[in-house]
Amino acid sequence: MLNTFVVYVENKSGALARVALLFRRRGYNIESLTVGRTEKPDVSRMTITVEADADQARRIEANIYKLVNVLLVENVSAVPVITRDLAMIKVAAPQEVRSQVLELASVFRARVVDVALSSITIEITGAEDKIDGLLDVLRPFGVLEMVRTGIVAMRRGARTSEPNNEQTPDFIEESVSCSVKN
Amino acid sequence: MRMTGAQILWRSLELEGVKHVFGYPGGTILPAYDALTQSTIHHVLVRHEQGATHMADGYARATGQVGVAVATSGPGATNMVTGIATAMMDSSPIVCITGQVGSKMLGSDAFQEIDITGVTLPITKHNYIVTRPEDIAKTIHEAFYVARSGRPGPVLVDITRDAQQASCEFEWDASVPKLPGFRPDIQPEPATYEEALKMINGSRRPVILAGHGILISEASQLLREFVERTHIPVAMTLLGIGSFPASHPLNLGMMGMHGEAWVNKAIQEADLLLALGMRFDDRVTGELAKYAPKAKKIHIEIDPAEINKRVKVDVALIGDLREVLPKLLPKVTRTDSSEWLERIWELKGDSAVRDIQSLPDEGHLYAAHVINDLWHETQGSDTIVVSDVGQHQMWEAQYYKHERPRSLVTSGGLGTMGFALPAAIGAKTARPDAEVWVVAGDGGFQMTMPELATIMQENLKINIAIINNGFLGMVRQWQQFFYESNYQSTPMLSPDFVKVAEAYGIRAMEVTTRSQVVPTVKAARSHDGPVLINFRVEQEDAVYPMVAAGAALHDMIRRPSPLVETAEDV
Repeated sequence: MLNTFVVYVENKSGALARVALLFRRRGYNIESLTVGRTEKPDVSRMTITVEADADQARRIEANIYKLVNVLLVENVSAVPVITRDLAMIKVAAPQEVRSQVLELASVFRARVVDVALSSITIEITGAEDKIDGLLDVLRPFGVLEMVRTGIVAMRRGARTSEPNNEQTPDFIEESVSCSVKN
Repeated sequence: MRMTGAQILWRSLELEGVKHVFGYPGGTILPAYDALTQSTIHHVLVRHEQGATHMADGYARATGQVGVAVATSGPGATNMVTGIATAMMDSSPIVCITGQVGSKMLGSDAFQEIDITGVTLPITKHNYIVTRPEDIAKTIHEAFYVARSGRPGPVLVDITRDAQQASCEFEWDASVPKLPGFRPDIQPEPATYEEALKMINGSRRPVILAGHGILISEASQLLREFVERTHIPVAMTLLGIGSFPASHPLNLGMMGMHGEAWVNKAIQEADLLLALGMRFDDRVTGELAKYAPKAKKIHIEIDPAEINKRVKVDVALIGDLREVLPKLLPKVTRTDSSEWLERIWELKGDSAVRDIQSLPDEGHLYAAHVINDLWHETQGSDTIVVSDVGQHQMWEAQYYKHERPRSLVTSGGLGTMGFALPAAIGAKTARPDAEVWVVAGDGGFQMTMPELATIMQENLKINIAIINNGFLGMVRQWQQFFYESNYQSTPMLSPDFVKVAEAYGIRAMEVTTRSQVVPTVKAARSHDGPVLINFRVEQEDAVYPMVAAGAALHDMIRRPSPLVETAEDV
């Protein structure tokens, strides 16, 4: 199952390497990793997606939690979240087919951000499957180049993933529920 | 007060309570060495930086205090890698300080520049690079805090040459460092206590698995109270040895690949395993699918990432044993385990007839007899045995009866040959009043043999027992059992260890028969200086019992015995 982790790290040299190396060392393949600034200048936020079963996911979370520069790690796979990926797609679009390409872009609510004689570049934001859908219909025209940012995720509703020292990490709560079940 | 970065470094270490460091000078750490002259800290000059890290590690394991190693950049730093990894695998609190090229030269492949924080990223608990004198005091304070808190481990602090040379105001904040991302004080969920208590109090065939965490947490006395209240027998991991007195009637002995047969069988037949501060290493479980199939498992462990890593447990109490055990203690009851204990003693009786201690030596010198006699001679005194890695390490674990915590220092997780001699120097430096014995094989001893010079320079009374069988014995044993006795590259020609020791100014003796063991050990103990004894033991003896890789824990290769029918060997 695909797991999505939100990780807040102190903005210090090596913090990204520490997190990324952990996945490599424990043998998990990162599907997507994004990192960027937050509303606090000394804190960065990562969204990491990785294929793992529930038990592996709990251990990944615990291992990330142990890193000294990590302020918070949360597995948001089982809670309602908004996930977004952004792609720029450069499509071959000579005069004859240009209107068809533009029409498809508008159906997907994508934006045209650059036009040249024989190509147009489309920007699309959304969940991964929406972008995959646009890609599928553009492919017959000839996708010349594509770049995707990887996904970012945020909880729905008022609850935030803000670092807070008081809360019990959820993998500890999970270890209880798994034990009480038995 | 204005001080140079170098002065701040030593002052900070003094304020952390450091009395000794183990190190080796070089170009980029020279400013620090220049300032060392004014410090109260005693510097032990090693012969190789790997030795410095093992010494810091031995120092830490003998006392629980953070050990400190110092080296220069480049090769000095990379030589530390094995020692850092050893400390990481065995949760030993050490701080390694390395010099680094000037901050303006970083990244330019300067002479002796190596990205040591990058190199050690996966084998340190945390590491730092410091490029300004203003950051040195705070970083040292943090490094010590991180190294010793929660599950301990190695921390490396890389300090550029210019940061050592530049000056700034020295400020020391002794309060607990503010590290918002570092929370070593995990507490178990309250509900898990109730679950655990139900299982403990309802068990009929329970076994406690005592690991290194008991020693690290200083919870030996609590474990003893727990056992005396519940009457649950105790099996120990290699690194758990000493956490519970060997002479206690409820101490079964060591578990695992070379654990005693009755211990492994008891684990396999148990209905409850109570794992305390251990991590179900592959060397203690055997084949996982067949591990303790009838047992419920309770895991009390400070590291949340260890829970369900290899063995799926029924209840996990994530926290420090010193805090968790007192909460369980008043509520545990004496288990009705008399039948269970009888069953275990029956298993033990079967094994005793195969024990090499029950067998005549017939003129041979067996390593197990050497260890037994060494134990017999030194028991009752405050002795620390520092063992290396291989057959002798397993015989030491089986036949030296450790009564006290921190009386065995050995490399478990990484299995680092060459560990013993330098680690013993660290242990003796930390505990000068203790009697320190190195027990090493002829192979491992030669990996760090130059540290004999460190012993002499430091004038340390350390006794060294080389268990010399002329082979890389454990590898030879695997070749014997699993590679049709194809002894490829395991016969080993060694120098005359007696002459080597004498060249260093160390008194040395040779033992070839059992009758010489006790008098020679007595002579070594009464000699007022370091002594090396070369025990020329049986060349092709094997460590029994043995759980082969991939075999279930109870499926052991047993010592062939003239007194036992050979067919019933499992």
